[in-house]
Amino acid sequence: MLFSLFRGGVHPDGFKELSANRRISKLPIPGRLYVPLRQHAGTEAIAIVNVGDQVLKGQLIGRAGRGLSAPIHAPTSGEVIAIEPVVAAHPSGYSTKAVIIRTDRRDQVYPQPALVDPFIQDPETLAKKVADYGIVGMGGATFPSAVKLQSAVGYEINTLIINGGECEPYLTADDRLMRERPDTIVTGSRLIQHIIKAKRVAIVIEDNKKYAIAAMRNATEPYRDVDIVVVPTRYPMGSAKQMIQVVTKKEVPAGKLSTELGVLLYNVGTAYATCECLMENKPLVSRIVTVSGGAIKQPQNVEALVGTPLSYLIEHCGGTVEEPARLLMGGPMMGLVMPSADAPLIKGAGGVLALQAHEINQTESSPCIRCGRCVSACPMGLLPLEMANRARSQDFDSASEFGLKDCILCGSCAYVCPSHIPLVHYFQYAKGEISQKNAAQKRTEYTRELSEARRVRQEKEAAAKAAAKAAKSKRRKRSATTTD
Amino acid sequence: MTALSALLVLTLMGLLLGFALGLAAKVFHVETDPLLDEVSALMPGTQCGQCGYAGCNQAAEAMVKGETPVTCCPPGGKTLAATIAGKLGISISLDSMNDELLLARVNPGLCTGCTRCYKACPTDAIVGANKQIHGVIMAACTGCGSCLAACPERCIDMVPESKALDSWHWPKPIAA
Ligand code: SF4
Ligand code: SF4
Repeated sequence: MLFSLFRGGVHPDGFKELSANRRISKLPIPGRLYVPLRQHAGTEAIAIVNVGDQVLKGQLIGRAGRGLSAPIHAPTSGEVIAIEPVVAAHPSGYSTKAVIIRTDRRDQVYPQPALVDPFIQDPETLAKKVADYGIVGMGGATFPSAVKLQSAVGYEINTLIINGGECEPYLTADDRLMRERPDTIVTGSRLIQHIIKAKRVAIVIEDNKKYAIAAMRNATEPYRDVDIVVVPTRYPMGSAKQMIQVVTKKEVPAGKLSTELGVLLYNVGTAYATCECLMENKPLVSRIVTVSGGAIKQPQNVEALVGTPLSYLIEHCGGTVEEPARLLMGGPMMGLVMPSADAPLIKGAGGVLALQAHEINQTESSPCIRCGRCVSACPMGLLPLEMANRARSQDFDSASEFGLKDCILCGSCAYVCPSHIPLVHYFQYAKGEISQKNAAQKRTEYTRELSEARRVRQEKEAAAKAAAKAAKSKRRKRSATTTD
Repeated sequence: MTALSALLVLTLMGLLLGFALGLAAKVFHVETDPLLDEVSALMPGTQCGQCGYAGCNQAAEAMVKGETPVTCCPPGGKTLAATIAGKLGISISLDSMNDELLLARVNPGLCTGCTRCYKACPTDAIVGANKQIHGVIMAACTGCGSCLAACPERCIDMVPESKALDSWHWPKPIAA
């Protein structure tokens, strides 16, 4: 098969062998779980349990918030001992509200309604269940899955792409999942296909995962409309836009949705979680996560409950050989720097990496030599050097004109830059400044609306008062004349 | 012949009147600044007086005249300052401006429900009723402090806006 690959991209060292060859092990239940009420794109879930409540595994503890949101369930049985802010799995170091559960280690399951064969149920019912069970995108974006399923309504979906392109170095969670539990992934994929009425399913895997390819081929054997598509290994293959381009040979136009091209993309982990939800009645309360990096003694994949402190995960993997130079959630290219090992594991975390100093780029940056390497590496066809220049001089408008909005923050440009310019950091900064500015503008507009509304209200009130007064004095006058 | 004279008269009249009009425009010229209107339209319009002027229009006028820095409006913040600076074609440093907004918070232990703060708020950001504890809708509060002055119980504090994960973003890199 010939591929029109996406432009640009890089080949970073994989370091996948560190964790790829060990079976997924089940992490013991920690004594306490810190379950954040927001582990998804959108608004925070609203806690519906109180301190002192006994909860069971899979019991709803936070209902979905307003607008885009997802519910949160108890990862195991135990007692709610606090609902308070804990350090968030976020580079800011800010805290986030969490339900803290003292586990009883009995792992008693909350009784869920009886199972019905999902393949005979209608798509709306299934999509609702996916929403109620808190399924979100497991590839990192944590977009509520049900919303994505509903977005397909009204579009003819040709291809459902199941993304098995785990292109970030170190990460092997999806690889192990495909090797060890291929049937669940395939069933999950077919369920999503059933819901969105997709004509075919393409499970896309990079050619460096030969065991996963074999296992998945085996599992898809019985289904004619489910194919395995093997693609070359190149970063960022796993990024949605790039993968769609490789599979459909069509580029998603800027500002357009993939549904308009007749494709929808799900991560293999999400397909797995969807199957667990619809076939086993299991809400999303755990995930497979790669614990790796030079500082970890026994790198491996573990199946862990959300809310588990990262320090507990690391301890279970033999601890660290030395104080890690950097702790990351996600991969080294796009992952988030963790403020502390106390942060809890969340639904979207594919990896926890403890890196040593030699594994991270700490070279001082020097001025740009205009070599153009960042330009040829950029999979979105942008001019990273120009955008970074504009961001540095705080000229965000012209950075936007250079396509900052299209930048997927993949880090390919920074990876190849011989001057070690923190290009992505500049883009993060510029994107942040722009959204802050938009938010401030919205706020000022809102303020204007409010003060205008107040003015109108006050005028009305004054008019009403005057009218009442006039009526009163008239009455008085009349009564005065009659008594006379 | 008549046609020609008519043409001549009309042309002459046109010229004379045009000249007169031009002259009138010069002589009776009134100073109205379109820039002022534009800047006024950008202001929050709460008339909160934190800038030291009686209201937003007066502040806008002073900014246009260069009598006060464009950074004088706390509710408008950096964004407003930058926009107005752009309009006036001046360059400013925003570094001195505080990013952190201080918002009002009613201490429920002290509030007697007198409704004075509620009446003073220019954006109706305070909710409450007679003898009920009042509360501030953070999203609507501009931090102008009008309620602070109005409260007889001194039960309003100005506190930094709570830090949300969404409002955080990467700082500017320190690099070459
Ligand atoms: S790769 Fe680095 S040095 Fe080369 S042009 Fe891009 S920013 Fe400049
Ligand atoms: S981070 Fe942005 S600019 Fe850099 S290579 Fe990726 S998409 Fe292009």
